[in-house]
Parts: sequence; C-alpha cells; structure tokens
Amino acid sequence: MIHLKAKDLTRYFERRRVFKGLHFELKKGDVQVVLGKNGSGKTTLLRILAGILPPSRGKASYKLNGDELRGEKLQRIISLVAPDLNLYDELTALENLEFLSKIQGFNFKEKELIETMSQVGLEDRAGDQVGSFSSGMKQRLKYLNALLKKPLVLLLDEPKANLDDQGISFLEKIVQEQKQRGILIWATSAREEVKYGDQILQLG
Amino acid sequence: MEIKSSSWVSKAFWVLKKDIRSELRTRYALNALVMFAVVTLTAVSFAVGQFFSSPKLISSLFWIVVFFSSMSGLAQVFIKEEESKTVNLLKLVASNESILLGKLFFNLILLFTLEIIIIPLFLILLGVQVKNPGLFVSVVVLGTIGLVCATTIIAAIVAKAHVKGALFAVLSFPILLPLLVTVIHGTGLALEGSRFSQGWSELKVLISYCVVMGVGSFLLFDFVWRE
Repeated sequence: MIHLKAKDLTRYFERRRVFKGLHFELKKGDVQVVLGKNGSGKTTLLRILAGILPPSRGKASYKLNGDELRGEKLQRIISLVAPDLNLYDELTALENLEFLSKIQGFNFKEKELIETMSQVGLEDRAGDQVGSFSSGMKQRLKYLNALLKKPLVLLLDEPKANLDDQGISFLEKIVQEQKQRGILIWATSAREEVKYGDQILQLG
Repeated sequence: MEIKSSSWVSKAFWVLKKDIRSELRTRYALNALVMFAVVTLTAVSFAVGQFFSSPKLISSLFWIVVFFSSMSGLAQVFIKEEESKTVNLLKLVASNESILLGKLFFNLILLFTLEIIIIPLFLILLGVQVKNPGLFVSVVVLGTIGLVCATTIIAAIVAKAHVKGALFAVLSFPILLPLLVTVIHGTGLALEGSRFSQGWSELKVLISYCVVMGVGSFLLFDFVWRE
C-alpha cells in the first residue's frame, strides 16, 4: 500500500517564501485538492512531491508496503500532468509515448500504444507531430502518457485546463480509477473543483 | 506490457535517440553550427587565400572556427529543453546521469559531423597539407571530446540564465583556454609533420583535460540540474 508523508515542507525562491511548514499524510484511495490562487505555490508543491524540485526545508517521503521509495523506483510510481510540462512538439504522438515509456523501462509495443491512444480519440493522429495538435489534444496526450505506467501517485496541476466536455468526462473517469489504484493530488485555483477531493489543502 | 529495469546507460541511449530524431526534424543546432563554420571558413579563404604558410597560424584559424561554431550550436541541447518547457518532463522520467550522458553523446555526434564537413573544406580552401595525419586525427578527436565535455556542462548552467548567448561564450572561454592552447599547438605539430612522440605531451594534456572535465561534469551536474 502506498503512503505519502509530507513533513514541514517549505520552499523559498531566493528570499521570497512560497509556502512554509506544510504537513500532510495521504494513503491509497485518498484524493487531496490543493486549492489556492495564482502564485500561491500549487505548482511548486506538485514539483516537490514529484521529486523534480527540492524543498528548501522539510521532506516528502513515499513508502510502498513499508519500504521507502527513492530515485528510479520513485520515478516509476509518480506521474505529473501540468501546464508547464510539455511533450516534444517535433516528435509524433507515438514517438513521444514510445520515448517516455521506453526510458522508464516500460516496453510497450507500437500496437499497444496506438490502442491506448484510442481511449482519448487520438489513434488517427498517432503519426502526426505534437506541434500540430490543439492545446486540448496535447492535454489529452499528456494524460495518456501519465497513465501509461498506471501510477500509484498521480499529481494533476489545473487538470481541467484546455479540456472540452469529452475530456472532462475522461478526467472524471481517471479520478475514479486512481482512487482504486493509489493517491491523487489535484491542484486548482477553482473553488468548485473541491468536490473531486476528500481532503483540502489551502495555500496562500 | 513488459517492464524492464533499465540502466542509466540505456536511458542515455533513449535521450540520445530522442535528441537525434528531434534535431533531424528541426535542424536547430546543426544549421547554426554548419552555417557559421562554412561562412567563416569561406571568408577566411577569400581573405588570405593560400598565402598562409605557418602551421601554427593555420591551426589557430581552424580551432577559432571550431570554437565559435561550438558557441553557436552546442548550448542548444539544454536551452531547447528549457525554452520548449520539456525540461521537467525529462527530469520526471530520467536520472541526471542518463540525461547528461545522452546530451554529451549528442553534442559529440554534432561536433564530429561538423568536423567531417569542415576539415576537408579547410584543407582544400587553404591548400593545407597534413604531414602527420595520425597526430592530426588524435589531436582533433581528443580536442573535440574535451570541447564537448566542457561546453555541455556549461550549456546546462547557461540554460537556466536569462542572457544565454553571451553567458555561454563568457563562461566557456576561460574553461576552454587551456584546451585551445594545447590543440592549436598539437595541430600545428601535426601540420608541420612532427613525429608522434613530439606531440605526445600535448596528447597527455588533452587526455587529462577530457578526464577532468568528464568526471567534473558528472559530479557537478546534479547541482546544476536541480533548481
């Protein structure tokens, strides 16, 4: 069972404090909504939880069945979808998924990847460069990439951005599936989205 | 689906493959490198023709072209990731060592490709004859490896700065100065036909430089790459 413990998480950018002393614990089945206005540190918090930004103080630790996860083992269980986390525009959708799965040690066959793309209606665009996609299509492809490895921890930053009704239904399905699989953290500035979580962390 | 435990070397291969594929589509760095080198070389050949006879001057000219071409293209390997906002995606899926190794090999391939194009041009346009080809190739190969080791880690530092272009040359120059002095001297020896043993001290300096810069890059990269 996956367990996340954030202890005294603090982050400064030079002398500016983004947030200070955050404590929370999450376990499998938990959905936490991180609510805050622009600049309150939601993206920074998600980056710290994803392990791509170190905190100035404190620690975020993950345990799977009691064993602490670090490095590659941690990378394998975490997925992050964020507006500033772009895919490679000059590669095709299929090449992006192939690169991102192979580099993590997941050996999907081309046919499997194309089949997965049909979940978000992109199977016909598998061979097109991502740069030619609309922002909504790019967002759906980002979700697909994040979900390929069936992550135990899914971090979503402004998840509804650029999604149409069909995309939002897909997102709601993801929330239900992730509840069964592990932990979901949903960062948003929209108060109406707190309905997706069972815990709320207010920033700013 | 099959899950394999991939080593950082195999991850580096995927980073390299992705960068090569991306470069072949955009020709972001290759165009800058080749255009700069060819234009400079052509201008020099028109200006001085085949009157240059001193091997030291000819080798200086050659490495000036290689150095400034590198300045115009090699930094792109990290700058492009920052500018296209793919850097966090890369951090999320690959270890620091694999990213650096992949980028190092990419820059190495890029610079060797450039040299394959400009060395014959250089020899033809300036009417140069290489009297000791073995020494010449050794100096060029080691010089290129040293140049790439130094510029790749500097590119990672510069990618996070606001004034990227100017900073890359400013930071690179003092670090590359010992390398440039040695390769210019070594290439001069090769052009004038010195024996391999006479150029051995230059080769030893170049090997040491490559080892120090290579090891230093891997030790420093973790601090540079993490914000």
